[in-house]
Amino acid sequence: MMPRSQRNALALMAAFFLAAPLVVYPVFLMKAMCFALFACAFNLLIGFGGLLSFGHAMFLGTAGYAAAYSAKSWGFAPELAILFGTACAALLGLVTGLIAIRRQGIYFAMTTLALAQMVYFYYLQAPFTGGEDGIQAVPRGMLFGFIDLKNAWAMYGTVFVIFMAGFLLVYRAIHSPFGQVLKAIRENEPRALSLGYDVTRYKLLAYLLSATLAGLAGATKALVFQLASLTDVHWTMSGEVVLMTLLGGLGTVFGPVVGAFIIITMENYLAQLGAWVTIAQGVIFVICVLTFRRGVIGELGNWLKKPL
Amino acid sequence: MTEIFGVPTQALFGQLLIGLINGSFYALLSLGLAVIFGLLNIINFTHGAQYMMGAFLAYILANKAGLGYWWSLALVPLLVGAFGIAIERSMLKPLYKLDHLYGLLLTFGLALVIQGLFRNEYGTSGLPYAMPAELAGGRNLGFMFLPNYRAWVIVASLAICLGTWFVIEKTKLGSYLRAATENPALVQAFGINVPRMITLTYGFGVALAALAGVMAAPIYQVSPQMGADLIIVVFAVVVIGGMGSIMGSILTGFGLGVIEGLTKVFYPEASNTVIFVIMAIVLMIKPAGLFGAQK
Amino acid sequence: MKMKRTIIAAALAALAGTAGAQVSDGVVKIGVMNDMSSLYADIGGPGSVVAAKMAVEDYLKATKSKLKVEVLAADHQNKPDVGSQIVRQWIDVDKVDAIADVPTSSVALAVSEVVKQKGKAFLITGAASSDLTGKACSPNSVHWLYDTWMLANGTGSAIVKTGGDTWFFITADYAFGHALERDTEAVVLKSGGKVVGKVRAPLNTQDFSSFLLQAQSSKAKIIGLANAGGDTINSIKQAAEFGIVKGGQNLAGLLVFITDVHGLGLDKAQGLIFTEAWYWDLNEASRAWTKRFVAANKGKYPSMDHAGVYAAVLHYLKAVDAAKTDDGTKAIAQMKKMPTDDPLFGKGRIREDGRKIHNAYLFEVKKPSESKYPYDYYKLRATIPADQAFRPEKEGGCPLVK
Repeated sequence: MMPRSQRNALALMAAFFLAAPLVVYPVFLMKAMCFALFACAFNLLIGFGGLLSFGHAMFLGTAGYAAAYSAKSWGFAPELAILFGTACAALLGLVTGLIAIRRQGIYFAMTTLALAQMVYFYYLQAPFTGGEDGIQAVPRGMLFGFIDLKNAWAMYGTVFVIFMAGFLLVYRAIHSPFGQVLKAIRENEPRALSLGYDVTRYKLLAYLLSATLAGLAGATKALVFQLASLTDVHWTMSGEVVLMTLLGGLGTVFGPVVGAFIIITMENYLAQLGAWVTIAQGVIFVICVLTFRRGVIGELGNWLKKPL
Repeated sequence: MTEIFGVPTQALFGQLLIGLINGSFYALLSLGLAVIFGLLNIINFTHGAQYMMGAFLAYILANKAGLGYWWSLALVPLLVGAFGIAIERSMLKPLYKLDHLYGLLLTFGLALVIQGLFRNEYGTSGLPYAMPAELAGGRNLGFMFLPNYRAWVIVASLAICLGTWFVIEKTKLGSYLRAATENPALVQAFGINVPRMITLTYGFGVALAALAGVMAAPIYQVSPQMGADLIIVVFAVVVIGGMGSIMGSILTGFGLGVIEGLTKVFYPEASNTVIFVIMAIVLMIKPAGLFGAQK
Repeated sequence: MKMKRTIIAAALAALAGTAGAQVSDGVVKIGVMNDMSSLYADIGGPGSVVAAKMAVEDYLKATKSKLKVEVLAADHQNKPDVGSQIVRQWIDVDKVDAIADVPTSSVALAVSEVVKQKGKAFLITGAASSDLTGKACSPNSVHWLYDTWMLANGTGSAIVKTGGDTWFFITADYAFGHALERDTEAVVLKSGGKVVGKVRAPLNTQDFSSFLLQAQSSKAKIIGLANAGGDTINSIKQAAEFGIVKGGQNLAGLLVFITDVHGLGLDKAQGLIFTEAWYWDLNEASRAWTKRFVAANKGKYPSMDHAGVYAAVLHYLKAVDAAKTDDGTKAIAQMKKMPTDDPLFGKGRIREDGRKIHNAYLFEVKKPSESKYPYDYYKLRATIPADQAFRPEKEGGCPLVK
C-alpha cells in the first residue's frame, strides 16, 4: 500500500500532466514526460541499487533508433515500433549488464561508459542511422490501427499513459520484495550475500529493468519528435540524466520526475541564452552537491518528514 | 620497401612517433588525475577545463601582458594551481567523507561553468597561439619530418612525468603522501599537516593540467571546448592504468597514444573509440587496471 | 555580452504600421535559428540576427511597406531534435511564419520536414547539404547561399585545371564530410584528375598529424579537406607545422569561412584556395553594407552566411508584400516567381527546386604582406558564373522538378 503522502503526490502529478497542456505547449510536456521516465529508470539503478551508470544514453538512443527505423522503413504500427525499440534496449541491457554488473562503484561506471562509447561508435558508422542527420520524418502512424497520432492530443494521451505506466512499474518494483533486497544490497552487499541472496542476479535484474524502461522512454521520444539522432546516444546525455536525478533527489520516488522537468524547462525556455544554459546547469550541479545532496524532493520529503 | 599490413615500415615509424607525442599529453593529464585520485579520492572532472584554462591563460598573457611562451610555461601552472587550491578549500573539502560520486558530480558541474564562461567571453572559433620562435621549424628524420616543437613536447612531458614519479615514490615527502593515502589519521598523529598536504596535492595536479594546456596551445586551437572531449579519454587512460597508480598512468598514457596512432592508420574512423574498447576489456580481465593494486 | 545581444534580438522592434488583412495575426514573424553558442557560432550566430534585422529595417524604409515584422532568435545547439522542437514551438505557439539561417545540415533537414508539414516558409542559408534541393527538396524552402555541390565544383574543377590533378582527402567522418568528399571526387574525376587516397577522421579530432602524414606519403599534389570549423582550422594549422605546403603539396579547403581564416591568421592560412558565395570586399555595395553591419555587430566582419540571411529575408518580405499573404507555401512560390535583386548578390533567380542562383567565387588567401586593412584576406582567383555554379536542376532528383 502506498503511504498517503505518495498517493497524494501521485494524484497531484497525474492531475498536473492532465491539466498542463491546456496552458503549456504539449510537445514540451511530452518531452518532459519522456525524460522523466528516463530519469526514473536511471534512478531505479542508482537510487535503489546503488549503481551509477555512466552510459544510460545507449538505451535511450538504441530504442529511439530501433523504433524510428522500424516505423519508417518497415512500416511498423506505433505500438509495435515502441515495443520493438524497448525490446532492443532490453536486449542491449542484458548483454551490457552481464559484462558491467561484475564491477562495482567507479569501475562499474567506467565499464558502462566504455560500452556506451562503443555503442555510440556503432551508430555513428552504421548506415541505417543516417549518421549525424539521424533518422528523420518518422511517421507517427495509427495507434492500434485507429487512433491517429498525428493529432497532438492523441499523441499526448499516449505519452501520458506510457509515462504513468512506466512510473507505476518503477514504483511497484521499488516497493516489492525485489526492491527491498536491492536496497539491502546497496546498504551492505556482503551481508545481503551472507543472507543467501543471489546478489548478482538481483543487480542484473535491476539493470535490465532500468535499461528496458529507459528504452521505453527513448522509443516514445522518437515517435513524438519523429526523429532519432546521435544526441540521444552521446555521453553528454548520460551525464544529463545524472543531473536530473541528482537535482530531483536520488532514491526518491518523485525526484527524478521533478528533476527532469526542471532541466527540460531550463533547456527549453533559456535556449536563446546560449552558453548561459550550460553555466546555469553547472551551478545547479555544484549547489546540489554542496548544499542539498538529497535533491529538491528529498529535501522536501525530509522537511515534511514523509517519504516522497 | 618493406611493408607491414600494407603500410610501409618507414611511414609506420612516423606514426609511432606521432602516437608518442599525443601520448605525452595523455600522460601529463592522466598523471595529474591519478595523483589527485590517489590522495583525495576525488575524480577530478574539472581536469579538462583546467587544461583549457592553461591554454587560455597563456593566450591572455601573450596578448594582454606581452609575456611569451616560456613565461607562460612558468606562470600559468602557478596561477591555475592557485585557482585549484581555492576550489579545494572552498568546495571539495566537505566532500571527502562522502561517496566518490559526489566529488565527480561537483567537478563535472564546475567544468560546465568554467567552459561556459570562457565560451561567452571568447566565442568558439578558437584563437591562434604563436609557436615560440626557438622551437619553430623542424628536422627531417629520414622517415618523417619532425617539428621541433613536437620533439620538445615529448622530452618535456617525459621529464615532468618521471620527476613526479620520482618525488612520490622515492622521496620522504612522497612517502608521507603515500602514507596519508593509506591512513590519514595516523599520519596526522605523527605531526604532519595532512589537510595542507591534500590541498597542495590538488593544486599540483591542477597545475599539471594547466601545464599540458600551455604546451598544447601552439599546436591546437585555443578554444573553450578543447578539454571537454579529452577528459573522458584521459579518464579511460587512468582507469586502464589503475586508478591512483602513478607509473600506471604514465605508461598507459604513452602506450595508448601509440595505439591510438596506429588505429589512425589501420582504422581511422575508430581512433576515438579504440581507447574505450581497451578500457572495457581491461576492466573485464583486470578490474583494478593494468598497474593498480587489487583492494 | 552575447546574452544581452540575443535578448535584444529576440525582443526586437515592434515596427509601426498596421498589417494587411491577409497576414496572420497581424505580424510577420521571422525566426532566426542557428548555433549561438558552440562550434559555428561565429559563422552565423548572433550576427545572423543582426543581418535579419537590417534586412527588415532596410525593406520597410525603402518600400514604405505597411508590414509589421518581428525577428526572433534561438540556439539549436547543432542538435536536430532541439532544432525541430524549437521550430514546432515557434510555429504552434509563437506563430512564427518563416525560419531563417539554420546551419548544420542535419538540423536543416529536420527543420525542413517540420516546416513542410506546417505549411510555413524556410529560408536556408547556413546549411550545406545539396540534398536540401535534391531528394529532400520542399515546396516550403529556399536554399540561398551555397551547397556541397557548389563548393566541390568550384574548388575541384578550378584546382584540377591549374595542374592539381592528384588528390588525397582528409574527410570528417560524418554525413556532411562524406557528401563533400563524394561531390568533390566526382568533379575531380570528371575534370581528368585522380584520387590517390582518403582517410576518414573522426569529427572534432584534435590532432591531425597522423592523417597529414598519410597524406604526405601518398605524394598527392592536393590535400582536400572535406571538413568544417575547428577540424579545418586544426588541420591547416598542423599542416603548416609539418611543413606540408613547403614540401610542395597544396591544401584545398572545401568549406572555409572568413571567420576560419581570421582564427588561423594569414601566416598559417596563406595560399589556401576555396570557394565562397560572397565576400565583403567584392564591390562598392557589399563594402557599404559591411560598414553598417560591422557597426551593428560589435566590430566583427560578416561571413557569407550573414549576407545570405540578409538577402533571403529581404526577398522573402518582398514576396510577402507581393503575394499579400504570409502563408508559407504561397510566399515561397512567390519568391520563386519573382526575380531576385539585392545589393549583395545582385540580380538572380530561384529555381523550382528551391535553389537560389548566383555567382560563386574562387578565392585565395593573401600573404600577410598583401593585406592592407582589417579583414583584407582574399584575392579573387576566378568568378564562377551563376549558370555554372550550381548543380543542374535535372540532376538533383528533386520531385518538384518535372
